[in-house]
Amino acid sequence: MTIANPEFAFVADLVRREAAIVLEPGKEYLVDARLAPLARAAGVPGVNEFVRLAREGGNATHRWSIVEALTTNETSWFRDAAVFEGFRTELLPRLRAQRTPAQPLRIWSAAASTGQEAYSLAMLLSDELPAGWRFEIVGTDISKEVLDRARSGQYSQLEMNRGLPARHLVRFFERHGTGWRIDERLKANVRFREINLAGPLTGLPRFDVVFMRNVLIYFDLPTKQSILHRVRQLMAPDGFLVLGTAETTRGIDEEFEQTRYGGLSAYRPTADDAAIPLRRRA
Amino acid sequence: MVIDDSSAMRMILRRTMTAMGFEVVDAVNGLDALEKLANLDYVPDVALVDWNMPEMDGLTFVQTVREDPRFRTLTLLMVTTESEQSQIVRALAAGAHEYLIKPFTADAVADKLELLGLTTAGSMT
Repeated sequence: MTIANPEFAFVADLVRREAAIVLEPGKEYLVDARLAPLARAAGVPGVNEFVRLAREGGNATHRWSIVEALTTNETSWFRDAAVFEGFRTELLPRLRAQRTPAQPLRIWSAAASTGQEAYSLAMLLSDELPAGWRFEIVGTDISKEVLDRARSGQYSQLEMNRGLPARHLVRFFERHGTGWRIDERLKANVRFREINLAGPLTGLPRFDVVFMRNVLIYFDLPTKQSILHRVRQLMAPDGFLVLGTAETTRGIDEEFEQTRYGGLSAYRPTADDAAIPLRRRA
Repeated sequence: MVIDDSSAMRMILRRTMTAMGFEVVDAVNGLDALEKLANLDYVPDVALVDWNMPEMDGLTFVQTVREDPRFRTLTLLMVTTESEQSQIVRALAAGAHEYLIKPFTADAVADKLELLGLTTAGSMT
Protein backbone atom coordinates (compact mmCIF):
# COMPACT_ATOMS: atom_id res chain seq x y z
CA MET A 1 0.00 0.00 0.00
CA THR A 2 1.32 3.45 -0.92
CA ILE A 3 0.53 6.64 0.88
CA ALA A 4 -1.90 8.90 -1.04
CA ASN A 5 -0.77 12.29 -2.37
CA PRO A 6 -2.66 14.51 0.10
CA GLU A 7 -1.43 12.47 3.06
CA PHE A 8 2.15 12.50 1.75
CA ALA A 9 1.94 16.27 1.27
CA PHE A 10 0.77 16.68 4.87
CA VAL A 11 3.61 14.53 6.21
CA ALA A 12 6.21 16.32 4.04
CA ASP A 13 4.98 19.71 5.23
CA LEU A 14 4.94 18.60 8.88
CA VAL A 15 8.47 17.18 8.77
CA ARG A 16 9.78 20.24 6.92
CA ARG A 17 8.27 22.58 9.51
CA GLU A 18 9.28 20.61 12.57
CA ALA A 19 12.59 19.08 11.55
CA ALA A 20 13.78 21.07 8.50
CA ILE A 21 13.96 17.78 6.63
CA VAL A 22 12.83 17.76 3.01
CA LEU A 23 10.83 14.78 1.81
CA GLU A 24 10.72 14.96 -1.97
CA PRO A 25 8.07 13.12 -4.02
CA GLY A 26 9.52 9.66 -4.57
CA LYS A 27 10.04 9.09 -0.85
CA GLU A 28 6.55 7.68 -0.37
CA TYR A 29 8.06 4.24 0.27
CA LEU A 30 10.05 5.67 3.18
CA VAL A 31 6.96 7.26 4.73
CA ASP A 32 5.05 3.98 4.28
CA ALA A 33 7.79 1.97 5.95
CA ARG A 34 8.26 4.33 8.87
CA LEU A 35 4.59 5.02 9.60
CA ALA A 36 3.18 1.51 9.15
CA PRO A 37 4.16 0.46 12.71
CA LEU A 38 2.54 3.63 14.09
CA ALA A 39 -0.68 2.86 12.23
CA ARG A 40 -0.70 -0.67 13.64
CA ALA A 41 -0.08 0.65 17.14
CA ALA A 42 -2.91 3.16 16.77
CA GLY A 43 -5.27 0.40 15.64
CA VAL A 44 -6.12 1.91 12.25
CA PRO A 45 -6.10 -0.03 8.96
CA GLY A 46 -3.20 1.75 7.27
CA VAL A 47 -0.82 4.67 6.91
CA ASN A 48 -3.36 6.90 5.17
CA GLU A 49 -5.82 6.48 8.01
CA PHE A 50 -3.11 7.19 10.57
CA VAL A 51 -2.04 10.39 8.81
CA ARG A 52 -5.67 11.54 8.60
CA LEU A 53 -6.01 10.83 12.32
CA ALA A 54 -3.00 13.04 13.00
CA ARG A 55 -4.20 15.74 10.60
CA GLU A 56 -7.89 15.92 11.37
CA GLY A 57 -8.04 14.64 14.92
CA GLY A 58 -5.80 17.43 16.20
CA ASN A 59 -3.74 14.78 17.95
CA ALA A 60 -0.39 16.35 18.90
CA THR A 61 1.06 13.03 20.00
CA HIS A 62 0.38 11.43 16.62
CA ARG A 63 1.91 14.38 14.79
CA TRP A 64 4.95 14.22 17.02
CA SER A 65 5.34 10.50 16.45
CA ILE A 66 5.34 11.10 12.67
CA VAL A 67 8.21 13.58 13.01
CA GLU A 68 10.11 11.15 15.23
CA ALA A 69 9.60 8.23 12.89
CA LEU A 70 11.01 10.16 9.96
CA THR A 71 14.01 11.66 11.71
CA THR A 72 15.47 8.73 13.62
CA ASN A 73 18.32 8.13 11.15
CA GLU A 74 20.02 11.43 11.74
CA THR A 75 23.65 11.30 12.62
CA SER A 76 24.31 12.40 16.15
CA TRP A 77 27.13 14.39 17.72
CA PHE A 78 29.69 12.46 19.79
CA ARG A 79 27.92 9.27 18.70
CA ASP A 80 28.79 6.43 21.10
CA ALA A 81 30.07 8.39 24.06
CA ALA A 82 32.48 5.61 25.08
CA VAL A 83 34.34 5.93 21.78
CA PHE A 84 34.95 9.66 22.18
CA GLU A 85 35.85 9.23 25.84
CA GLY A 86 38.34 6.51 24.89
CA PHE A 87 39.80 8.75 22.20
CA ARG A 88 40.12 11.63 24.67
CA THR A 89 41.58 9.72 27.58
CA GLU A 90 43.56 6.94 25.89
CA LEU A 91 44.49 7.63 22.26
CA LEU A 92 45.10 11.35 22.41
CA PRO A 93 47.60 11.25 25.30
CA ARG A 94 49.53 8.50 23.47
CA LEU A 95 49.63 10.52 20.27
CA ARG A 96 50.81 13.62 22.11
CA ALA A 97 53.57 11.62 23.79
CA GLN A 98 54.76 10.34 20.41
CA ARG A 99 54.60 13.62 18.51
CA THR A 100 55.56 17.25 18.71
CA PRO A 101 53.41 20.32 18.05
CA ALA A 102 55.44 20.92 14.87
CA GLN A 103 53.17 18.62 12.86
CA PRO A 104 49.38 18.86 12.97
CA LEU A 105 47.50 15.80 14.18
CA ARG A 106 45.65 14.43 11.17
CA ILE A 107 42.39 12.58 11.60
CA TRP A 108 40.22 10.98 8.95
CA SER A 109 36.46 10.69 9.37
CA ALA A 110 35.95 8.14 6.62
CA ALA A 111 32.15 8.09 6.55
CA ALA A 112 31.58 11.73 7.30
CA SER A 113 27.97 11.97 6.13
CA THR A 114 26.72 15.42 7.17
CA GLY A 115 29.81 16.15 9.25
CA GLN A 116 28.80 15.54 12.87
CA GLU A 117 31.64 13.08 13.58
CA ALA A 118 34.28 15.32 11.99
CA TYR A 119 33.09 18.42 13.83
CA SER A 120 32.70 16.49 17.12
CA LEU A 121 36.36 15.50 16.83
CA ALA A 122 37.27 19.10 16.07
CA MET A 123 35.44 20.31 19.19
CA LEU A 124 37.08 17.65 21.33
CA LEU A 125 40.56 18.51 20.03
CA SER A 126 39.94 22.24 20.52
CA ASP A 127 39.14 21.46 24.14
CA GLU A 128 41.97 19.04 24.78
CA LEU A 129 45.05 20.13 22.83
CA PRO A 130 47.37 22.60 24.54
CA ALA A 131 48.16 25.91 22.86
CA GLY A 132 50.56 25.48 19.97
CA TRP A 133 49.21 22.12 18.85
CA ARG A 134 47.32 22.02 15.57
CA PHE A 135 45.00 19.50 14.00
CA GLU A 136 43.46 18.77 10.64
CA ILE A 137 40.38 16.67 10.11
CA VAL A 138 39.44 15.27 6.72
CA GLY A 139 35.87 14.07 6.30
CA THR A 140 35.10 11.90 3.28
CA ASP A 141 31.92 10.38 1.96
CA ILE A 142 30.65 8.93 -1.29
CA SER A 143 27.73 11.36 -1.41
CA LYS A 144 28.23 14.89 -2.70
CA GLU A 145 24.83 15.84 -1.29
CA VAL A 146 25.74 15.06 2.32
CA LEU A 147 29.19 16.61 1.95
CA ASP A 148 27.67 19.87 0.72
CA ARG A 149 25.68 19.92 3.95
CA ALA A 150 28.78 19.09 5.98
CA ARG A 151 30.74 21.90 4.31
CA SER A 152 27.97 24.38 5.04
CA GLY A 153 28.35 23.72 8.77
CA GLN A 154 24.66 24.52 9.20
CA TYR A 155 22.32 22.33 11.19
CA SER A 156 18.65 22.33 12.09
CA GLN A 157 17.52 22.50 15.70
CA LEU A 158 16.59 18.82 15.66
CA GLU A 159 20.03 17.88 14.39
CA MET A 160 21.65 20.02 17.10
CA ASN A 161 19.62 18.22 19.76
CA ARG A 162 21.20 14.88 18.90
CA GLY A 163 23.89 14.47 21.51
CA LEU A 164 25.59 17.87 21.36
CA PRO A 165 26.51 19.03 24.90
CA ALA A 166 25.01 22.43 25.68
CA ARG A 167 28.42 23.90 26.54
CA HIS A 168 29.67 22.96 23.06
CA LEU A 169 26.61 24.53 21.45
CA VAL A 170 27.30 27.76 23.29
CA ARG A 171 31.02 27.75 22.52
CA PHE A 172 31.17 26.55 18.92
CA PHE A 173 27.89 27.57 17.25
CA GLU A 174 25.91 30.67 16.48
CA ARG A 175 22.29 31.16 15.57
CA HIS A 176 21.55 31.08 11.84
CA GLY A 177 17.85 31.59 11.04
CA THR A 178 15.92 28.82 12.73
CA GLY A 179 19.02 26.63 12.90
CA TRP A 180 22.67 26.95 13.88
CA ARG A 181 25.99 27.50 12.13
CA ILE A 182 29.37 26.22 13.27
CA ASP A 183 32.10 28.66 14.23
CA GLU A 184 34.36 29.54 11.27
CA ARG A 185 37.55 29.13 13.32
CA LEU A 186 36.63 25.54 14.16
CA LYS A 187 35.49 24.88 10.61
CA ALA A 188 38.87 26.01 9.28
CA ASN A 189 40.40 22.82 10.73
CA VAL A 190 37.98 20.54 8.90
CA ARG A 191 37.75 19.83 5.18
CA PHE A 192 35.55 17.46 3.25
CA ARG A 193 36.23 15.42 0.12
CA GLU A 194 34.13 13.14 -2.04
CA ILE A 195 35.74 9.69 -1.86
CA ASN A 196 34.47 6.22 -2.66
CA LEU A 197 36.22 3.91 -0.23
CA ALA A 198 35.93 1.06 -2.71
CA GLY A 199 37.83 3.14 -5.29
CA PRO A 200 41.28 4.79 -5.32
CA LEU A 201 42.17 6.67 -2.13
CA THR A 202 44.22 9.36 -3.78
CA GLY A 203 45.22 12.80 -2.59
CA LEU A 204 44.89 11.99 1.10
CA PRO A 205 47.63 12.73 3.64
CA ARG A 206 49.07 10.37 6.25
CA PHE A 207 46.66 10.02 9.17
CA ASP A 208 47.32 9.59 12.87
CA VAL A 209 43.80 8.32 13.53
CA VAL A 210 41.20 6.91 11.16
CA PHE A 211 37.56 6.79 12.25
CA MET A 212 35.81 4.33 9.93
CA ARG A 213 32.79 3.34 11.96
CA ASN A 214 29.89 1.32 10.58
CA VAL A 215 31.27 1.36 7.05
CA LEU A 216 32.80 -2.06 6.45
CA ILE A 217 29.49 -3.77 7.22
CA TYR A 218 28.18 -2.58 3.86
CA PHE A 219 30.89 -4.31 1.79
CA ASP A 220 31.66 -7.91 0.81
CA LEU A 221 34.84 -9.61 2.08
CA PRO A 222 37.15 -8.88 -0.90
CA THR A 223 36.13 -5.20 -0.81
CA LYS A 224 36.65 -5.06 2.96
CA GLN A 225 40.13 -6.53 2.49
CA SER A 226 40.94 -4.04 -0.23
CA ILE A 227 39.70 -1.09 1.83
CA LEU A 228 41.59 -2.09 4.98
CA HIS A 229 44.80 -2.71 3.00
CA ARG A 230 44.63 0.72 1.38
CA VAL A 231 43.60 2.47 4.61
CA ARG A 232 46.64 0.92 6.29
CA GLN A 233 48.85 2.48 3.61
CA LEU A 234 47.50 5.88 4.62
CA MET A 235 48.09 5.41 8.34
CA ALA A 236 51.06 6.49 10.39
CA PRO A 237 52.90 3.34 11.55
CA ASP A 238 51.89 4.13 15.13
CA GLY A 239 48.43 5.39 14.18
CA PHE A 240 45.04 4.12 15.28
CA LEU A 241 42.05 2.79 13.36
CA VAL A 242 38.66 3.04 15.09
CA LEU A 243 35.87 0.83 13.75
CA GLY A 244 32.19 0.49 14.69
CA THR A 245 31.31 -1.46 17.79
CA ALA A 246 30.20 -4.49 15.76
CA GLU A 247 33.16 -4.42 13.36
CA THR A 248 36.64 -5.96 13.43
CA THR A 249 39.69 -6.43 11.21
CA ARG A 250 39.98 -10.04 12.38
CA GLY A 251 39.50 -12.49 9.57
CA ILE A 252 39.78 -9.66 7.05
CA ASP A 253 43.22 -8.11 7.43
CA GLU A 254 45.65 -9.72 9.85
CA GLU A 255 48.13 -6.87 9.51
CA PHE A 256 46.20 -4.98 12.18
CA GLU A 257 46.35 -5.76 15.88
CA GLN A 258 43.48 -4.95 18.19
CA THR A 259 44.11 -3.22 21.49
CA ARG A 260 41.55 -2.30 24.10
CA TYR A 261 41.78 1.11 25.69
CA GLY A 262 39.16 1.26 28.42
CA GLY A 263 35.83 1.21 26.64
CA LEU A 264 37.39 1.65 23.22
CA SER A 265 38.83 -0.92 20.82
CA ALA A 266 41.36 0.44 18.34
CA TYR A 267 43.49 -1.23 15.69
CA ARG A 268 47.14 -0.51 14.92
CA PRO A 269 49.12 -1.59 11.86
CA THR A 270 51.62 -4.35 12.56
CA ALA A 271 53.29 -4.67 9.17
CA ASP A 272 56.14 -2.48 8.01
CA ASP A 273 54.43 -1.78 4.72
CA ALA A 274 52.44 0.97 6.43
CA ALA A 275 55.66 2.89 7.00
CA ILE A 276 57.53 2.41 3.72
CA PRO A 277 55.32 4.45 1.37
CA LEU A 278 54.94 7.05 4.08
CA ARG A 279 58.70 7.59 4.21
CA ARG A 280 58.67 7.97 0.46
CA ARG A 281 55.93 10.54 0.68
CA ALA A 282 57.64 12.47 3.44
CA MET B 1 10.38 13.98 37.20
CA VAL B 2 8.72 15.81 34.31
CA ILE B 3 7.89 19.48 34.97
CA ASP B 4 5.87 21.22 32.28
CA ASP B 5 2.64 23.23 32.25
CA SER B 6 1.58 21.66 28.93
CA SER B 7 -0.33 18.43 29.45
CA ALA B 8 0.56 17.30 25.91
CA MET B 9 4.27 17.81 26.60
CA ARG B 10 4.02 16.04 29.96
CA MET B 11 2.40 13.12 28.16
CA ILE B 12 5.08 13.04 25.44
CA LEU B 13 7.92 13.17 27.96
CA ARG B 14 6.24 10.62 30.23
CA ARG B 15 5.91 8.25 27.31
CA THR B 16 9.52 8.83 26.24
CA MET B 17 10.95 8.31 29.72
CA THR B 18 8.75 5.30 30.47
CA ALA B 19 9.92 3.65 27.26
CA MET B 20 13.50 4.00 28.56
CA GLY B 21 12.61 2.31 31.84
CA PHE B 22 12.11 5.34 34.08
CA GLU B 23 9.25 5.74 36.52
CA VAL B 24 7.80 9.21 36.07
CA VAL B 25 6.38 11.73 38.52
CA ASP B 26 5.09 14.88 36.90
CA ALA B 27 4.44 18.43 38.00
CA VAL B 28 2.73 21.38 36.34
CA ASN B 29 5.19 24.11 37.43
CA GLY B 30 8.24 24.72 39.59
CA LEU B 31 6.28 25.21 42.79
CA ASP B 32 4.28 22.03 42.27
CA ALA B 33 7.57 20.19 41.60
CA LEU B 34 9.16 21.48 44.82
CA GLU B 35 6.13 20.33 46.82
CA LYS B 36 6.21 16.90 45.21
CA LEU B 37 9.96 16.56 45.72
CA ALA B 38 9.54 17.38 49.41
CA ASN B 39 6.90 14.66 49.79
CA LEU B 40 8.77 11.91 47.98
CA ASP B 41 10.83 9.53 50.10
CA TYR B 42 13.54 9.42 47.41
CA VAL B 43 15.31 11.87 45.12
CA PRO B 44 14.54 11.26 41.45
CA ASP B 45 17.47 10.62 39.10
CA VAL B 46 16.61 13.47 36.78
CA ALA B 47 14.17 16.36 36.37
CA LEU B 48 13.15 17.47 32.88
CA VAL B 49 12.30 21.12 33.39
CA ASP B 50 10.38 23.49 31.13
CA TRP B 51 11.39 27.18 31.36
CA ASN B 52 8.18 29.18 30.98
CA MET B 53 5.59 28.07 33.50
CA PRO B 54 3.13 29.93 35.77
CA GLU B 55 3.71 30.37 39.52
CA MET B 56 7.37 29.31 39.39
CA ASP B 57 9.37 29.13 36.16
CA GLY B 58 11.97 26.49 35.39
CA LEU B 59 14.97 28.73 35.92
CA THR B 60 13.83 29.63 39.43
CA PHE B 61 13.15 25.96 40.13
CA VAL B 62 16.68 25.04 39.01
CA GLN B 63 18.22 27.76 41.19
CA THR B 64 16.11 26.71 44.19
CA VAL B 65 16.94 23.03 43.85
CA ARG B 66 20.67 23.70 43.41
CA GLU B 67 20.73 25.62 46.68
CA ASP B 68 19.07 22.77 48.58
CA PRO B 69 21.54 20.06 49.70
CA ARG B 70 18.75 17.49 49.91
CA PHE B 71 18.60 17.44 46.12
CA ARG B 72 22.30 17.52 45.25
CA THR B 73 22.02 14.21 43.39
CA LEU B 74 19.16 15.40 41.20
CA THR B 75 20.29 15.90 37.59
CA LEU B 76 18.58 18.84 35.91
CA LEU B 77 17.79 18.86 32.19
CA MET B 78 16.08 21.96 30.84
CA VAL B 79 13.61 21.12 28.05
CA THR B 80 12.34 24.34 26.56
CA THR B 81 11.53 26.41 23.49
CA GLU B 82 13.94 29.10 24.74
CA SER B 83 16.72 28.81 22.22
CA GLU B 84 19.00 31.84 22.48
CA GLN B 85 22.60 31.19 23.49
CA SER B 86 22.34 33.73 26.30
CA GLN B 87 19.46 31.73 27.80
CA ILE B 88 21.39 28.48 27.59
CA VAL B 89 24.29 30.17 29.36
CA ARG B 90 21.91 31.47 32.07
CA ALA B 91 20.42 28.01 32.63
CA LEU B 92 23.82 26.33 32.87
CA ALA B 93 25.06 29.05 35.24
CA ALA B 94 21.96 28.54 37.40
CA GLY B 95 22.82 24.86 37.75
CA ALA B 96 21.17 23.02 34.88
CA HIS B 97 23.34 20.10 33.80
CA GLU B 98 22.09 19.98 30.23
CA TYR B 99 19.74 21.78 27.89
CA LEU B 100 17.39 20.44 25.23
CA ILE B 101 15.55 22.73 22.85
CA LYS B 102 12.00 21.95 21.68
CA PRO B 103 11.04 20.45 19.29
CA PHE B 104 12.95 17.28 20.04
CA THR B 105 12.70 13.60 19.24
CA ALA B 106 12.75 10.68 21.67
CA ASP B 107 16.27 9.92 20.40
CA ALA B 108 17.39 13.40 21.42
CA VAL B 109 16.15 12.83 24.98
CA ALA B 110 17.99 9.49 25.02
CA ASP B 111 21.18 11.19 23.73
CA LYS B 112 21.04 13.78 26.52
CA LEU B 113 20.43 11.15 29.20
CA GLU B 114 23.40 9.18 27.88
CA LEU B 115 25.48 12.34 27.95
CA LEU B 116 24.47 12.82 31.57
CA GLY B 117 25.46 9.26 32.44
CA LEU B 118 21.88 8.24 33.23
CA THR B 119 21.61 5.58 30.56
CA THR B 120 24.03 3.32 28.76
CA ALA B 121 22.55 3.79 25.28
CA GLY B 122 26.02 4.18 23.79
CA SER B 123 27.20 0.66 24.34
CA MET B 124 30.82 0.05 25.15
CA THR B 125 32.93 -1.78 22.61
